[in-house]
Amino acid sequence: MRHVIVRAVATLTVLTGANYILWRWEASVNWDVWWIALPLVVAETYSLIDVALFAITVWRVPAHRVPPTPPEGLRVDVFITTYDEDPELVLTTVSAAQAIRYPHRTWILDDGARTALSAEAERIGVGYVSRGEEWHGKPRHAKAGNLNNALEQTQGEFILILDADQVPTPEILDRTLGYFNDRRVAFVQTPQWFGNVPESDPLGSQAPLFYGPIQRGKDGWNAAFFCGSNGILRREALMQLGLTGYVGDIERRVRRALVAGRQAVHSARRRPGAEDPKVAALLASVDEALAEGSRRLAAGASIGDATFAVQSTVDAAVRALVAQDLELVTADAAALIAEFSAGIAAESGARHRAEARPADLAAAVERLAARDLSPLGALESVRDVLDQVSVERLHEAQPIMPLSTISVTEDMSTSMRLHAAGWRSVYHDELLAVGLAPEDLPSMLSQRMRWAQGTVQVMLQENPLTMRGLSWGQRLMYFGTMWSYLSGFAAVVYFAGPLVYLLAGVLPVQALNVDFFSHFVPFMVLNQAMFLIVANGARTWRGQQYNLALFPTWIRACTSAAANVWFGRPLDFVVTPKPREESQRENQRQRSGRHALRLVWPQGVFAAGLAIACIVGAARWILGLATDVGTVVNVGWAVFDLTLLSVLVGAARYQGFHTQTGGEEER
Amino acid sequence: MKFAVEERAGYTEVTAQGRLNMVGAPLLKAAVSDALESGHKLLVLNLGETEFMDSSGLGALVGCLKAARQAGGDLRIANVGEQVQMVLKLTSIDRILTPYPAVEDAYRNA
Repeated sequence: MRHVIVRAVATLTVLTGANYILWRWEASVNWDVWWIALPLVVAETYSLIDVALFAITVWRVPAHRVPPTPPEGLRVDVFITTYDEDPELVLTTVSAAQAIRYPHRTWILDDGARTALSAEAERIGVGYVSRGEEWHGKPRHAKAGNLNNALEQTQGEFILILDADQVPTPEILDRTLGYFNDRRVAFVQTPQWFGNVPESDPLGSQAPLFYGPIQRGKDGWNAAFFCGSNGILRREALMQLGLTGYVGDIERRVRRALVAGRQAVHSARRRPGAEDPKVAALLASVDEALAEGSRRLAAGASIGDATFAVQSTVDAAVRALVAQDLELVTADAAALIAEFSAGIAAESGARHRAEARPADLAAAVERLAARDLSPLGALESVRDVLDQVSVERLHEAQPIMPLSTISVTEDMSTSMRLHAAGWRSVYHDELLAVGLAPEDLPSMLSQRMRWAQGTVQVMLQENPLTMRGLSWGQRLMYFGTMWSYLSGFAAVVYFAGPLVYLLAGVLPVQALNVDFFSHFVPFMVLNQAMFLIVANGARTWRGQQYNLALFPTWIRACTSAAANVWFGRPLDFVVTPKPREESQRENQRQRSGRHALRLVWPQGVFAAGLAIACIVGAARWILGLATDVGTVVNVGWAVFDLTLLSVLVGAARYQGFHTQTGGEEER
Repeated sequence: MKFAVEERAGYTEVTAQGRLNMVGAPLLKAAVSDALESGHKLLVLNLGETEFMDSSGLGALVGCLKAARQAGGDLRIANVGEQVQMVLKLTSIDRILTPYPAVEDAYRNA
C-alpha cells in the first residue's frame, strides 16, 4: 500500500514539475533581465532533475530485509582504520571489535605507524598493520592505500571495515554475513549513526534520509554503495577488481611506452652526442628491442613475454657495451650497470632514486631528450624509458590495488566498479555500530568538503552514465548522488532571486500571476508531500538546511575536484578530525567561535544582504514602487532563505557534545 | 599447499600442489621468494597439480612476477588446468602471463 502511495505521489511530482519547467522555459522567462532570468530557470531545471532522480531512488524501496543465517567457519577479519585519532578512542573500538560474537580476527590499520599503538595491539592480542618500506616515495592513496596494504597482508575471506570511532555491537557479523550466502554479493553496508550528537543535531551529523530511504531505495536498484565504514566486503570481489585494474593499467602503459619510447630514442639518435659509436650502438639496440616488443604484442604474445624480451635484449646490449669498453667501468658505472642488470627497481636502486624517479612516461621521455648523451647519461636515460615497459607497476607501492585510488571517496568509487563488474550489494538497515561525529563547524565542513570532492572526482573520471557494465537503474542511482553535489551553484541563484527583486525591482519571471501559481504550487506541494511520505517521520529538516546553507563548500568542492582531475592540482586532503582530547578541547573551544565565522563568511554576506533586502523591499512597497504580490512572494522567499542559513548560527556556536547531566561526555 | 623446486636445463621448475586461494597465496609468495633468494632467476610455475585458484591466488602470481623481475629474472606459468585457465581469462591476467602448455615450452622462445 505504502509502495503505491509513494509511486503515485512521485509520479505526480515529476509530472507537475515537468509541466512547470516546460511552461517556465516556454512562456515565462523574462528575457529582458536574462542575466538573472536564465540562471534561475537553469537552477530550477537542475532542481527538477534532482527531484526526479530522488523519485526514481524511492521508487523501489524494498521491504526490510531479514538477514539469512551465516554458515559457521567463515574466515573474517575486522579492520579498524586509524590515522591520527586518539589511541584511547581506537582502543575502545578495538575492544568492542574483539567482543564481536562471530569468530574473527581484529586488526588495527595504523596509518600513523605509532609504536605505542603497535605495542598495545600486541599486548591485547590483535593484529597490527602499518605501511612497509615498499610505500616509501610512492603515492599513499590515503585510506584506500591503508586498506590495500592490509589486504595484502591478511587472508580473511570477508572483511568488516570500521572507522576508528565506530564502536560495533557484538552481533554485527551474525546479522550481516548471511547475505554472502548469495555468492554474487560483494558487500553489505549498514547505517552510520553518531552517539555524540544532541537531539537538535546542530551540525547535521545524522543522515536519516541517506541511511534510510535513499540507501534502501538504491538497494532496490542493486546500487547501494559502500560508505567506508560499517560495511562488510568479500575479498574475492575486491581482488578481482584489483586484478582487472592492474591488467588494464599495465596494458595502457606498456603500449604507450613502446610507442613513446621509440619516439624518444629516435630523437635522441638524431642529436650530436649520439655520434659516439657506443651511444649509437646502445640506442640502436634499445630501438630494436622496443620494436621487437611491439611486434610480439601485435603477434598476440602476452605483455609479460613482450616486456621480458625488451628488457633482456637491452640488458644484453648494455653488457656488451661494458665488455667492449673497460674504460667505462669506473666505480660509478659499475654500480649503475649492476643496478641496471639487477632489474629495474632493485631495492637499492629504488631508495637511491626515490626522489629522482620520474613518475610517468612523459617525465622519462623528457629526461631522455634533455640529458647529455655521454654513454653513462644515455644508459641512465634508457633505463627510465624501460621502467615504463614493465609489468611491475613501479609507480605504485603494490601492483594490485583492490580499493579504488582515483578519488578521496574510495568507498563510492569501489562500489561502482564492483557493480559494473556484475557484483551485487546489500543495504542492511539496522544500527550495528555507533560512531562519533565531528564536534565543531570547521571539522564538519572539512568532512563534507571531502565527501563532495571525492564524489565529483569520481564523476569526472568514471561517469556512471557511460560506464560499461552498469544497469540503467544503477547509472541513475550513482549519477543522482553526484548530481546532488552540484546544488551549490543553484543555491546561489536561489539566494540572488529575492535580492534582485526586493532591492531593484527586477523580476526574473514575466509575471507573478494566476498562471504562475497554477503551474508552480501543485509541483511544490506534491514535492513536499513526497518528501514527507518518504521520510516517514525521520527528521530531515537539518539535512535540507545544510544542503543549501553549505553552498560555498559544494562550489569549492566542484572547482577543486575539477582542478585536481583535469590539471593535477592537489585537493588539500584532510582526514576528518575526531573529537579532541580534553586539553586540546578547551583550546578548540576558544578558537572554534572565531575560526568558524571566518569559514562561513559567504553565507554571512548573503544573510545580511537578504535582511537588508527585506527592509528595502518593504520601503519600495510602501512607496508604491513594488507590487503586493511581488513583495509578499519575495519577502517570503528571503525569509525562507534566511531560515535555511540560520542553521549556521547554531553550528558556529556549538561547543561540542555534553551529556544531559551537563558533564563532559565520557570518551 | 606443497611446493617442489627443481633445477632444469636453463630454468627452475616450481611445482605448486593444492588450492591457491587466500590461504595458499602467501605460501606461494614465500616459496618463490625463497627460490629467488637461493639464486634461481628463471622460474616456471607448474600449476598441473593446482586444483583451484581464486583472485587472491592470481594476486600472488602477480606479486611473484614482480619479485622475479626485480631479481633480474622472470616467472612463467605452465601446465594450467581448466579452472585456472578460466580465472586467468576472466580477470584477463592471461594478457600479462602466458599460460604455456608444458613446462619445457616456457623459455623456448627466450
